[in-house]
Amino acid sequence: MLKILMSDIGRLFERLSSVGTLYLPIEGGGQTAFAPWRAGADVQLDRVNTDLSVKGLFFPQTEDIAFFKREGKKISVLPSSDPDEPFAVFGVRACDVRGLEVLDKVFLDDPAHMDTFYKGRRENGALIALACSSPAETCFCGAFGVDLAEPSGDVAAWIVDNTLYWEAKTQRGERLTEAVRPVMAEQSGTSAVDASKKAARDALAAAPLASLKDSLSAWGANDMLTLFSSPLWANLSMSCVGCGTCTYVCPTCQCYDVQDFDTGHGVTRFRCWDSCMYSDFTLMASGNPRKTQLERFRQRFMHKLVYFPEKYGGMFSCTGCGRCLSKCPVSMNIAKVIKAVGGVENG
Amino acid sequence: MANPLVPDIGLVTAIRRDTPDVKTFRVVRADTGAGVCFPHMPGQCAMLSIPGVGEAMFSITSSPTNTEYMEFSIKKCGCLTEWLHEMEEGQEVAIRGPYGNHFPVEADMLGKDLLFIAGGIGLAPLRSVINYVRHDDNRAKYGSIDIVYGARSKDDLVDIDEIKNEWSSGSGSSSGTATVHLTIDRAQEGWDGDVGFVPDYVKKLNFDTSKTVLMCGPPIMIKFVLAALNGLGFDKSRIYTTFEMRMKCGIGKCGRCNIGSRYVCKDGPVFRCDEMDSMPDEY
Repeated sequence: MLKILMSDIGRLFERLSSVGTLYLPIEGGGQTAFAPWRAGADVQLDRVNTDLSVKGLFFPQTEDIAFFKREGKKISVLPSSDPDEPFAVFGVRACDVRGLEVLDKVFLDDPAHMDTFYKGRRENGALIALACSSPAETCFCGAFGVDLAEPSGDVAAWIVDNTLYWEAKTQRGERLTEAVRPVMAEQSGTSAVDASKKAARDALAAAPLASLKDSLSAWGANDMLTLFSSPLWANLSMSCVGCGTCTYVCPTCQCYDVQDFDTGHGVTRFRCWDSCMYSDFTLMASGNPRKTQLERFRQRFMHKLVYFPEKYGGMFSCTGCGRCLSKCPVSMNIAKVIKAVGGVENG
Repeated sequence: MANPLVPDIGLVTAIRRDTPDVKTFRVVRADTGAGVCFPHMPGQCAMLSIPGVGEAMFSITSSPTNTEYMEFSIKKCGCLTEWLHEMEEGQEVAIRGPYGNHFPVEADMLGKDLLFIAGGIGLAPLRSVINYVRHDDNRAKYGSIDIVYGARSKDDLVDIDEIKNEWSSGSGSSSGTATVHLTIDRAQEGWDGDVGFVPDYVKKLNFDTSKTVLMCGPPIMIKFVLAALNGLGFDKSRIYTTFEMRMKCGIGKCGRCNIGSRYVCKDGPVFRCDEMDSMPDEY
């Protein structure tokens, strides 16, 4: 394990940015999101959680797929190249690392149809995960088996008493460690970090949403069709305005749209984030299988808590990051849904 | 590894008007001007697009036994399909695929008497499998073939020439004959076939329940035909159908074509009807 004083952390960032672009939680424009580091940036390492998740660095909100030329009846296509530039992300929380593991299932699980954009970024992006020491009121990662104090990633880091501790977890992490070693000191023994881990876990166990784990097991006791036809969806979905904010801030929501843009010189085909909360998401020329907000609302939560685990060996497509709790304009969220359908009152 | 969302280019070599709102487009590889854009199995789909207009999923109407060209029977019902209906021969189109699973032509269908039930444009995916099982290379692998096909009017039956001249008599690409049962919704002058909806006609024809059924049509028809077949005593595990949902990627990632945990683009479009019992009614 290596360590560096927080007062010297700029030297660590300088080292990391020499390997490739370094992204950090940076405050700007009224929100904290992962942005490229530069000297003097307003880096927020205490903030739980960033307003936007790390998702966008691996699955950008928009990206071009190909460029087309149409001349008369002829069509030519110029594919976009796959991302191959190395980068590193510092300060990713355990919930967001899990978010990427969820996205990996969707984008990389089928060898015949890999998402080459996402694959390129995953292969070139190093994750330096930062353990949480004091979870927010909205945190419930523990319900999904995420350990806030022991994040996975290429490197795990802990900040205790103005010192950052660093431990490589993968081969890529080892390579990063070699790059930063000159500015770090060796740390023997883990007692300082161990005490901090215990304090963080205790804090999460005492957090307001700690009981969600029990409600979640009540979900698992019901079969899919029983949950789907639950009368509770009508009431739960009533306040939903279909704004899609929950899907945009979510670290695991991966639905995307494909659209064409006529540049005047040709056509750019791009993909962009989409939301199952939108009324035209499933609209076809022949009709819409999800006509009401109830159906769209139900789809989002059934997908995260039932369909996804059914497809991917029990893994939930929620990480308990809490962003949808703090961002929903009508204060509806997945925690309320889990409690209500799990039979716990006063959600 | 190629980006699965980037299409190849196909060339439209022939356009046939089948009904007032259905045309069939013949497509070959644009780079060589001949041959199919990619191999497929009966029931699989392809993404067709015109850059700047739109991209959408269509079932491949031609049989895999046809390696000279692919065919798509397409109903005019939206922006892209209207554009396709306006285009002329020689137009290039962007195409990618094949997508999804297929009818079990080399599995559960082998050795079985086959009953095809189609409504309207629902004949498009079934035409692929009908011509596959009728092909001389394959005909001996299956039992009898019955085809029930219904449309709004006699003018809405897609490619009636092939149905009457080839499927009934066993000419064209195959010598394998089929028994064809046609119906239209309302009586019309010059029509001597059945009149009425497909589910009622299926009941009236009272088929032997040992047949394996492949049906395709609008969701409402599928629901009523399934009820009719259940009434006749058919086992749901011997009935196959296809679903249609809005799609963007075709590879189970864009997230919009799911029915429960299954993506129609990847886990479908072909489903066995006993699977429907474990799927939410959202199609």
